[in-house]
Amino acid sequence: MMNIKFHIQELNFYFNNEKVLKGINFEIPANKILGIIGPSGSGKTTFLRALNRMNDLETGTRIEGKILLDNDDIYRADYDVVALRKKVGMVFAMPVPLPMSIYENVVYGPRLSGNNDRIRLDELVEKSLTAAYLWDEVKDRLKTSGMRLSGGQQQRLCLARVLAMEPEAILLDEPSSGLDPISTAKIEDALTELKKEYTIILVTNNTKQAARVSDNTAFFLMGELIEIGSTEQIFTAPNKIETNDYITGRFG
Amino acid sequence: MRIHPRYTQRGAVAVLGGATVLTLMILIFIIVFILEKGLPVINLKFLTSNPEDMGRAGGIFPTLIGTILLPVLAIIIATPLGIFTSVYLSEYTKENKATRIIRFGTDCLAGIPSIIFGLFGYIFFVITLGFGWSILSGGLTLAVMILPTIIRTSEEAIKAVPKSYREVSFSLGATSWQTVKKVILPNALPGIVTGIMLSIGRSIGETAAVIFTAGSSLRIPNSLFDSTRTMAVHFYILAREGISAENAYGTAATLIIAVLMVNLSAYWLMNRFISKRS
Repeated sequence: MMNIKFHIQELNFYFNNEKVLKGINFEIPANKILGIIGPSGSGKTTFLRALNRMNDLETGTRIEGKILLDNDDIYRADYDVVALRKKVGMVFAMPVPLPMSIYENVVYGPRLSGNNDRIRLDELVEKSLTAAYLWDEVKDRLKTSGMRLSGGQQQRLCLARVLAMEPEAILLDEPSSGLDPISTAKIEDALTELKKEYTIILVTNNTKQAARVSDNTAFFLMGELIEIGSTEQIFTAPNKIETNDYITGRFG
Repeated sequence: MRIHPRYTQRGAVAVLGGATVLTLMILIFIIVFILEKGLPVINLKFLTSNPEDMGRAGGIFPTLIGTILLPVLAIIIATPLGIFTSVYLSEYTKENKATRIIRFGTDCLAGIPSIIFGLFGYIFFVITLGFGWSILSGGLTLAVMILPTIIRTSEEAIKAVPKSYREVSFSLGATSWQTVKKVILPNALPGIVTGIMLSIGRSIGETAAVIFTAGSSLRIPNSLFDSTRTMAVHFYILAREGISAENAYGTAATLIIAVLMVNLSAYWLMNRFISKRS
């Protein structure tokens, strides 16, 4: 019996009355990497940001249908959004270290929850940075500003910052879109390790990346979920002609 | 006829540079003019002794006290009010009709001549509330006067904090208040301080709003309910009544030096804060 983390039921999403997600239905299993591919404007990012309610920060958004996290509807009126975001962490496309030290960036989340125990925080910093494949590069300069790191290091810092919250699921929105191949490889290695403990959802414009790291792959087009299946099946024997056209590079 | 870009470029450099040089020259001329006439008057005795014969002789000590007390009181009242309002407007409300009206209102208030605030302060604080001509009335009036400036400059500074910082903070499970405290205010601080500096400068130099509300007593005040005279008012009276041009310039020079010192120390504090954080 597979453990399901998210149930998405009849999800419609509107931006200023424009329907950008249309009748999405599927399940996201725990402790797997789900890759979401599709051309830009297909609703991938909007879908991802619906999972931790980051879309709430925008004006003019409206949602229909349900998203269940561990069988609990995250859009019900009295759902604790702050608690949701602690359970479902997010790494953005552009690495954004906050203007503070590497150390303070990593412990930002734990400190918000009132965790100020120095020994515990030190442990968290080492553990999170190690899991993000960054520890060896920064362990001697934790007090320097996170903004002084290279782009690839900044993105791994952002991943470490999410890990330090000890979330249950991690959302990644094209995390390597601006990175060189070596930094990308490090992030992908980290993700493969991390799925043992976390549910990972990876939106990517790079179909090869989805093929490399994800267990399951979903293909979005024009706000619709065209096809979802095991990565192997999607990339070798897709059921839909659109999926085949996209992964073979005929459009997108 | 089309002028070659090389010449339009030279023309632009000449116009832009010329404007900058002209502005600087006017500024330097005013400061040098005042300091040249005023500095010879200033000495320790001038700063620490009481005026005699309506200011014809003696020093300006009581007006120093008044010039410190009024702006300090105004800043203590207006800074928290202004910052809290701007945080509320920019972080806790969505853009709608009400916020637009509030914003338009503050912009209008910021443009009202200070003598109108003086008149308001006289009617409301001095008469209606019965505070009389006092430090309290003057400080409150100045606070009302500088509030719009502090709100608008703080709001601009808060808006200039990158949206991505807010997103990151919220995505890490921060509440609005935690985001304000840990990310927004620290990063908006230089802009907020600039607004406060401008307001301090305005209140130190303010005459019209103060003369109606704090009066022009030359005694050293004992309480918030005593009348006082600021350097700006003292200068105005000395010059207007033709009492002593010499002492008027001395007061003006002291005023300029005071404003300069406030600005320099604020920038020093701010730079220390910024270098400590990064």
